[in-house]
Amino acid sequence: MLSAAGDVLAADAAPNPWFDVHYVIDNWDTILGYTAQHVRLTVGAVVLGALIALPLALLARRTRLLSGPVLSLSSIIYTIPSLAMFSFLAPFTGPLSATTVLIGLTLYTLVILVRNFLTGLQSVPADVREAARGMGYGSARLFVQVDLPLALPAFMAGLRIATVSTVALTTVGVITGNGGLGQLIIGGFNANFYRAEIVTGALGCVVLALVADLLLAGAQRLLTPWTRGTAA
Amino acid sequence: MDAGDGGVNAFSQAIVYLNDPYNWTRPNGILDLLVEHVRISVLAVVLGALVALPLGIVLGVSGRGGGAIVVLSNVSRAVPTLALLTIFAVTPLGFSEASTVLALALFAVPPMLTNTFVGFREVDRDVREAARAMGMARRQVIAKVEFPLAVPLIMTGVRTAAVQVVATATLAALVGGGGLGRIINLGFGQQDYGQIIAGALLVAGLALLTEALLVVLSAALTPGPQRFSLPRPWRRQRGAPLDTGASAVPL
Repeated sequence: MLSAAGDVLAADAAPNPWFDVHYVIDNWDTILGYTAQHVRLTVGAVVLGALIALPLALLARRTRLLSGPVLSLSSIIYTIPSLAMFSFLAPFTGPLSATTVLIGLTLYTLVILVRNFLTGLQSVPADVREAARGMGYGSARLFVQVDLPLALPAFMAGLRIATVSTVALTTVGVITGNGGLGQLIIGGFNANFYRAEIVTGALGCVVLALVADLLLAGAQRLLTPWTRGTAA
Repeated sequence: MDAGDGGVNAFSQAIVYLNDPYNWTRPNGILDLLVEHVRISVLAVVLGALVALPLGIVLGVSGRGGGAIVVLSNVSRAVPTLALLTIFAVTPLGFSEASTVLALALFAVPPMLTNTFVGFREVDRDVREAARAMGMARRQVIAKVEFPLAVPLIMTGVRTAAVQVVATATLAALVGGGGLGRIINLGFGQQDYGQIIAGALLVAGLALLTEALLVVLSAALTPGPQRFSLPRPWRRQRGAPLDTGASAVPL
């Protein structure tokens, strides 16, 4: 709390509020820029992860021989701390490049998505697939018209977890100078512990995660109208 | 420098770094930082467990608060650990081990709470009934029937929390804290690939070791014959009534 104006000495600590609207207004462009980078990295990692995870999950479903190694390799990747992951990549992709962060984040989303995709695909009843094949469905049509709709809830659940945790994880990218809103957190810390900047960055991350989650939840409702029908 | 070349060089430089005994034994060397890292992590997990396990048991036994737990674990997933570490470092606590431990303990709570809750919820109703019918008091049922059956999931929670804490303790170095993350942070500051990779190897090794140790510990603590079955990826094995995805978050 600030004491009465009279006894604030020049040597006293300057006011350091936890949140300051003026900070946000004055630095709107900077905040927006970091937010954009945060969104780019998150979307990039989730999309790339999904593109790689889908064929992997399809392969893993086909043979039990593959699903074991895929799942245990993914547990190991999970266990590697993000800072270490970015470090391992840094010598190859550059210690100050956003590519390092993007690849690291993609590895984590990949791991989450492979599991959820596989769970989703395995939840498709075998006799349904059998019936579709008996009706003359080819494998592409079988995937698009039978597997995909039935596995969609699990797919979407995976995408939501992957997106929300990637939003949080992107902040660790500050080690390379490409941490999106994490730059505000560390920037405020380095600017003599400027709380308003730190809290703005932190709140920005939480808001971003919630917005992303809501958008995906909305997309899921739109994509699976039949689940709403049964609920009503 | 050619990027591919830099990569291979970095790993050999890391070996050189790790092979130098002075890097291990000097003040603030690897050993000091390792001890600090482990101390912070153990304190954080214990502190988190002191809150999460009793709360999880009470809620799980009474079957209340499931919705709140789901919300808590979802929200905790959205809050970056780095943010909390930084915020605690700029409170009056300042940069101290205490602020790091508190921030990490906060993140250790949701996985342990969720898994303890689910562990108690998942106890077979018939088993509980049978224990009551045999004349056990409510407290005996909890201690002798429900708790042993919940142990595997409780231990999954503890393992998840511990690995997460060990991994995120690394981030404390970004905001002036201690632990093995300092080696990585320093390496990035000096653009010293060897040091970066050496730090990363140590941190990743510690995290994997923690995971392995706790897998063994939970196998030892699990009563009954199932203890020798290998742990399966948790997501598939539990048909939990809640989505306990909080345990499956990269760190």
